[in-house]
Amino acid sequence: MKKYDEVTINPNTGWKSMTEAGKMYARGNSESFLTGDWRTMTPVWDSTKCIHCLQCWAICPDMSIEVEGGKLTGFDYDHCKGCGMCSKECPVGAIKME
Amino acid sequence: MTGKQQKVSLSGNEAIATAMRQINPDVVAAYPITPSTEVPQYFSAFVANGQVDTDFVTVESEHSAMSATIGASAAGVRAMTATSANGLAYMWEVVYIAASMRLPIVMPVVNRALSGPLNIHCDHSDSMGAKDAGWIQLFSEDNQEVYDNIIQALRIAEHPDVSLPVMVMQDGFVTSHGLADMTILSDEDVKAFVGEKDYTGGLLDVDNPVSMGLMDLQPYYIKHKRQQVQAMENAKKVILDIAKEYEELTGRKYSYFEEYKMEDAEAAILVLNSTAGTAKYVVDLLREQGKKVGLIKLRLFRPFPGQELAQAIKKVKALAVMDRIDTFSTWGGPVFTEVRNACYGQVKDTEIVNYIYGLGGKDTDANDILSVYQDLMKIVETGKVDCYYQYLGIEE
Repeated sequence: MKKYDEVTINPNTGWKSMTEAGKMYARGNSESFLTGDWRTMTPVWDSTKCIHCLQCWAICPDMSIEVEGGKLTGFDYDHCKGCGMCSKECPVGAIKME
Repeated sequence: MTGKQQKVSLSGNEAIATAMRQINPDVVAAYPITPSTEVPQYFSAFVANGQVDTDFVTVESEHSAMSATIGASAAGVRAMTATSANGLAYMWEVVYIAASMRLPIVMPVVNRALSGPLNIHCDHSDSMGAKDAGWIQLFSEDNQEVYDNIIQALRIAEHPDVSLPVMVMQDGFVTSHGLADMTILSDEDVKAFVGEKDYTGGLLDVDNPVSMGLMDLQPYYIKHKRQQVQAMENAKKVILDIAKEYEELTGRKYSYFEEYKMEDAEAAILVLNSTAGTAKYVVDLLREQGKKVGLIKLRLFRPFPGQELAQAIKKVKALAVMDRIDTFSTWGGPVFTEVRNACYGQVKDTEIVNYIYGLGGKDTDANDILSVYQDLMKIVETGKVDCYYQYLGIEE
């Protein structure tokens, strides 16, 4: 069986170099699929109101809430689709959709 | 001929089920539909009697039958199903998925009309409807051929240069329910011929994780289609190689098509499945009268052996392509369209005409076939064609 782990497929990859039937052998590569440009509304964080309860982190479907040492630091706008769930769940109104 | 062989009398459906028993697939998921019902029926008896190790899945529909077969095949095991007519139509969307995911599934299709008004008898509207789904398609004249095709189909499907599903056809009721003398291989020889399944690369191969059936967006999808047609192209060589290997085992010769008394023929019929038997009988009768007639029986419809067919057709002055289905284009049936397309630029001096015959099981007897040869001989004589597309043997 062919091993494709080393192959990175991009839109310019020729059909002969692509995996059969688009099978994916490498793991953890959804990160390279940037979904941020799907966004129409953008979450904006008010750090003065934030109590770092991390409910936004727990609810975010795209793992786009960035946290360091148990504290919220911002958003991963490359992947945030702007669904607004973080804003809706925030108990102190620290995230506004703009 | 190296294989041990046994003379038996089996119906076409029994012949399929016997081949499946000898292949001993890991999974069979099937739903009954006339006239292929007996295939899973016989096979389930083999399962109940412990003659196979197969996990037999009694699904609730053909859509589920094909889906379960796809799931099993994607998991990396040998998976088969069987169907007819509306059953195949009900599988429709997943039939395409099987080919697109490059799964080596083998599916017998016992040909039956797709209905309206209700009809359960033979024509080729079911499998011809699926001609563009990406499956390899093999047609079988009789019980012997359907048995031989099933065994070869497995090897073709699983060949690494191909990796495509294969449909094996026979005519509903005509051969599926007709008992015929035939020869089967020993279980050991079939086991050795089909070989051990390579279980690596499937979803159950946990040491080599893989994701299948992913989203395939604009830059990529067309390239996967290009890969599919390459696999079809590769299949042409594989089909001949496996036929040769099978001939060494059984003494029975297979190719893309069979040429019957074509050496000096001036007029010929091109036909699929059981009607080839009737046509051979008529060819023999006419040959006794000194008429130069022959027959081309097409075994392989997908991929279409256009180049090779054109070389065979070139030899005759008039050819009748027989279609057991109409496209309602008013320009002829699917086999006719493919044949004329293959002949474009390659065959210049042959008149090619089309007959739609036997829809919904309408009997096509020797007199019907004889009338086609008479029409062809008239074309050879006069060089004129009255009608390029017509229905055979129906009262006006």
